[in-house]
Amino acid sequence: MKIRVKINGVTREDDVEPRLLLVHYLRELAGLTGTHIGCETSICGACTVLMNGAAVKSCTVLAVQADGSEITTIEGLSGRNGQLHPLQQGFWEEHGLQCGYCTPGMILAAHQLLSRNPHPSRAEIRKALEGNLCRCTGYQHIVKAVEWAAEKVRAQAEHA
Amino acid sequence: MASCKYDWPAAGQRDAIGKSTDRIDGPAKVSGRAKYTYDINRPGMLFGKMLTCPHAHAKIKSIDVSPALKHPGVKAALVIQDVGSEIQWAGDEIAAVAAVDEATAEDAVRLIRVEYDVLPHLVREENLSKDGDRAKPAGEQKVGDPDKAFADPEAVISEGFYGIPVITHCCLETHGNVVEWRGADSILTHSSTQNVSGIPSQLGAALRAKKINVQDSNIETICQYIGGGFGSKFSIDRWGVVAAELSKQAGGKPVKLMLDRDEDLEVAGARPSYFGHVKVAASKDGTLTAWSSETWGTGGPGPSGVPPVPYILTNIPNIYKKHTSVSTNIGPARAWRAPNHPQACLMTLAALDDLAAKLAMDAMEFLQKNIHLAPSYLVNTYQQELSKAAELSEWSKYWHPRGDKTPGHLKRGLGVSLHTWGGRGHAGSCNVIVRPDGSVTVQSGTQDLGTGTRTVIAVVAASTFGLPVDAIQVEIGDSRYPFDGASGGSTTVGAASAWTRRGSVDALNELFAAVAPSLGVQANQLEARDGRIQVQGNPSKSLSWKDACAKLGAKTIHTVGKNPGPCNLGSVGVGGVQVADVTVDTETGKVKINRLVAVQDCGLIIDKLTAESQVYGGLIMGVCYSLFEEKVMDQTIGRMLNANMEFYKLAGIGDIGGELIVHMMTGPGYDERGVIGLGEPPVISPGAAISNAVANAIGVRVSQLPLTPRRVLAALAKGGIA
Repeated sequence: MKIRVKINGVTREDDVEPRLLLVHYLRELAGLTGTHIGCETSICGACTVLMNGAAVKSCTVLAVQADGSEITTIEGLSGRNGQLHPLQQGFWEEHGLQCGYCTPGMILAAHQLLSRNPHPSRAEIRKALEGNLCRCTGYQHIVKAVEWAAEKVRAQAEHA
Repeated sequence: MASCKYDWPAAGQRDAIGKSTDRIDGPAKVSGRAKYTYDINRPGMLFGKMLTCPHAHAKIKSIDVSPALKHPGVKAALVIQDVGSEIQWAGDEIAAVAAVDEATAEDAVRLIRVEYDVLPHLVREENLSKDGDRAKPAGEQKVGDPDKAFADPEAVISEGFYGIPVITHCCLETHGNVVEWRGADSILTHSSTQNVSGIPSQLGAALRAKKINVQDSNIETICQYIGGGFGSKFSIDRWGVVAAELSKQAGGKPVKLMLDRDEDLEVAGARPSYFGHVKVAASKDGTLTAWSSETWGTGGPGPSGVPPVPYILTNIPNIYKKHTSVSTNIGPARAWRAPNHPQACLMTLAALDDLAAKLAMDAMEFLQKNIHLAPSYLVNTYQQELSKAAELSEWSKYWHPRGDKTPGHLKRGLGVSLHTWGGRGHAGSCNVIVRPDGSVTVQSGTQDLGTGTRTVIAVVAASTFGLPVDAIQVEIGDSRYPFDGASGGSTTVGAASAWTRRGSVDALNELFAAVAPSLGVQANQLEARDGRIQVQGNPSKSLSWKDACAKLGAKTIHTVGKNPGPCNLGSVGVGGVQVADVTVDTETGKVKINRLVAVQDCGLIIDKLTAESQVYGGLIMGVCYSLFEEKVMDQTIGRMLNANMEFYKLAGIGDIGGELIVHMMTGPGYDERGVIGLGEPPVISPGAAISNAVANAIGVRVSQLPLTPRRVLAALAKGGIA
């Protein structure tokens, strides 16, 4: 089936099998491997991307369902000059990662939270990231990373 | 003590060493640029899939892969285990295909026809009386006269049954490789591995055994980033060899063969179980006098491992212990972060906690009283750590005798545990290269599991050269670089810090020799500080790092740093203490973690941030196996029932509502021991600490991990506060 998807600002057209999952479409056809495969069954959240601004687990979305939509992956979050998004910077500064495999999904799930709630409490951050698993860092630093980013985003908004 | 030329700088002169340095691989990981093995897509790449055995124990009667080979899009197919092979666990690999895409490979696997003779299996071992001849003696030992000690009418004796089931590693990135032939006699592998330097010789030997001729020196392995290993990724594994064979059959095309999640959970990692009856005795004042344990466990078809009990308090005067290894059809065991220690820790510290309760003693006081029974070199450390943990957990405020008597269904309790680990740096090496333009590169065939190897290398080199951390280029994760050992057993930071230090000191001395004439002094009068090479104590006679390196002219400095080597840069043997603070809902049986306190020694810290991260991570992994993780096997069908991440549950962010408090023991008395590894220690104690906290809260021991609501309610039904 023919689909047309805008990924990180660039429109692509592809002829795909109806059974192709969005995660495989992004990784294998679009070459965007920052979207990781973890559990394959919508539990771990490593494959989280933004679809029309909403966080989705791309292992549970068919590529054909993404027809006509705008997708943002981790590769599309950095600025034009490669400067890191506050969430990306926060995960680095606050040490919200070790192996880093869950990180892109965590960041995109947190992105949805901040777009809906610029002042999240720690409890709200935990609630928003319940669908994302991390095996090695421990979640404490991840919460701090999102708090750090929330503050930075607010500061940027005030400057603008 | 005479100083040695590679010694760590004195306190106050360590630059970045011991401070908090952000991990240098952070930007690559947060931007999606970091390529894990699963992310490697090579030109013309094929996808490999395997057919696995559905039976826990069977013999292959017939096998036919030809229908798969005829399927459109299939480029290779092979039999992994042929007719007559006896299969010892469900999920074992039988045949494989490589096809143009993953879905086609899956379709083709379904076309392979296999007939089995099904044989009897055993997949549950917790009831030793039902294990029959699968149970084999695995060691018996007697010290002193335990019978007499237990017969002492003055002795206070506690008896209990404790257990910890088989769990898996559940790395977020599954096991696998992308393998390709570069011509007839050369192979490139991208492997999700903790053992970059070791993979080529493993693969070479396996292929030569199959009459496929390739020499180790023509095999290159790359692993820049890995999504978890925890002890399960040391080997090329059968599926890596299969990928190489499929690639050869397909004319050398790259074959990506990553395990599916269910395969990974079923076959690619299991920590041996440990069950046992324990009897312990103390005199009325709480001094431990005797230990007796009859334990068993399974490590799949192979041996179970023998956890070292009594743990820590090894000098109990009277000891009897006997262990039995049960051979089962659950899949092979693999090293799981701190092999044998979490099991031994639970068995010992839970039994001692029950004894303390019987003595009506404060558990912390009981451990302090008996800590002299620990190995002498750790006694002082434990005394200090127990005090620190008591302080940080506000033990005297929150601890109470067994059973929280406050009204309501929420019961709070505290538990304590302690642990030890070795952690000496393994054998390994690096290149240190200083070029005339001032650039500095350190190369090693080591790996960074997320633990911070890259950052440690940069911090040590930068601190030696007097440069900022970002001035060091670190190149690792490729077997063409100098050999380094596997990252297992907390051996990497000790090795990487030492070989980087030795190589960097030698390189600096070569630079001093090149620069000395232009500063009009001898090389041994120079020092590297703040980005300059200067006469010691005289910054006015100096050259910037760049100008100094320019004196090299056309020469590039290249030294090799090795470990082991001269000067004591590392040591072995750490102690740690942890306290768990939990609330148990006696209506639902749910355990909630309020706080975990970890007090940990690891000698000289190189990067405080990555060190603390290791402890945080260890705590969370500890919560996972304490509350959730179990490889649930079904005796009827012989298979794992929860081979997916929905039912093989890990702690999510909502499961850890409380605070994790980490305190590193540093400064005099600790730093001078040099660098000691930290990966394993913090994951050892949580099982015992949390189990003890639950017993403290509800007044009764939940005998087995994980402490699921079902087990908590069953224990409450037998007694407890309520």
